[in-house]
Amino acid sequence: MNSKPYVREVSKTTWFMSHPRYKRYMAREVTCIFIFAYTFLLIWGLGCLADSRESFDAFVQALGSPLGVLFNVVVLIATVYHSMSWFDVTPQAMPIQIGEEFVAGNIIVNAHYGAWAVVSLIILFWGM
Amino acid sequence: MSELQKRQIQLEVLRYNPETDTAPRYQTYSVPCLEEWVVLDALNYIKDHLDPTLSYRWSCHMAVCGSCGMMVNGEPKLACKAFIHEYQEGQIKVEPMANFPIERDLVTSVEDFITKLASVKPYLIPKEDKPVSAGEFKQTPAELKKFKQYTLCINCMLCYAACPQYALVPEFLGPAAISMAHRYNQDSRDGGRDQRQEVIASDEGVWECSFVGACSEVCPKHVDPAGALQQVKVASTIDWYKEHLMPWMKK
Repeated sequence: MNSKPYVREVSKTTWFMSHPRYKRYMAREVTCIFIFAYTFLLIWGLGCLADSRESFDAFVQALGSPLGVLFNVVVLIATVYHSMSWFDVTPQAMPIQIGEEFVAGNIIVNAHYGAWAVVSLIILFWGM
Repeated sequence: MSELQKRQIQLEVLRYNPETDTAPRYQTYSVPCLEEWVVLDALNYIKDHLDPTLSYRWSCHMAVCGSCGMMVNGEPKLACKAFIHEYQEGQIKVEPMANFPIERDLVTSVEDFITKLASVKPYLIPKEDKPVSAGEFKQTPAELKKFKQYTLCINCMLCYAACPQYALVPEFLGPAAISMAHRYNQDSRDGGRDQRQEVIASDEGVWECSFVGACSEVCPKHVDPAGALQQVKVASTIDWYKEHLMPWMKK
């Protein structure tokens, strides 16, 4: 061991630009901000609902405006990306061992997509 | 030998001599590489024929000893497993493992990892002592399979070189050390989990991990440290709920 090892500084703000895998990670993390923003939209909607019928109608109308639709589309894309990036890593976090063998990762991932589809369909038809 | 195909490769190597340099610098070597060579062969060629002062670690040349970890074109690799034919550009940049202090040239200081690895007690702590005469601790194939992949870790530290959390928070216990703790926690013969939890379930332990997953992507032995860390998080969370919501469940 020498007395003068050289320490390479890592940028606290731009480190993720150094490799595509870090950019993918940041994309996963950043997309949660859109989900965060959408929860505020829902809280706003609840507030309108509690306020008066006119207020809630105005809220629904605002959702249908070009800006409202654009916001929803952007949030949907971000949410789908965010969810898919987490679904893809579920076999690592939740391995299932049956007998000696581990269940294949793609079965665990696809089970999540299946559950997602079922829940989405239920909500869709329930809401119609 | 002349019948084998040779390709002239420019090896751009980060050099650092602590006695004379204030900062690392690149030095380029032109190496006649055979197509089946790995980067380690090219480094050995430099050492033998071009520049005997070049320092780097290596031993087995077969991805078992874990000594020759370095950055090859910015990617954490074992130099003995980085095939020259995979780098068609004719130029390869070789640097010491990222996130570790440079001792000299491609040699990094690994004390931090060794200290962290020792802190998780990466060895079997039997549930109960029994004399040798009482026979072996038996294990079924399923019980072995539960942790076997983690036993393949060769402590090469490439996962630390890939981990941005370790780069940003050097106190982080890191992928390999926590994976090793998980390996023994998963072992049916082991009873040392409580002792390891104090270290691995701490703030500097598993909760510093944000599941970038880079460790598993670069692991040359396909150990999946990222998976191990998430499983430790799940188990530690269950511990917390047991302790706070169901205190009668605690021993």
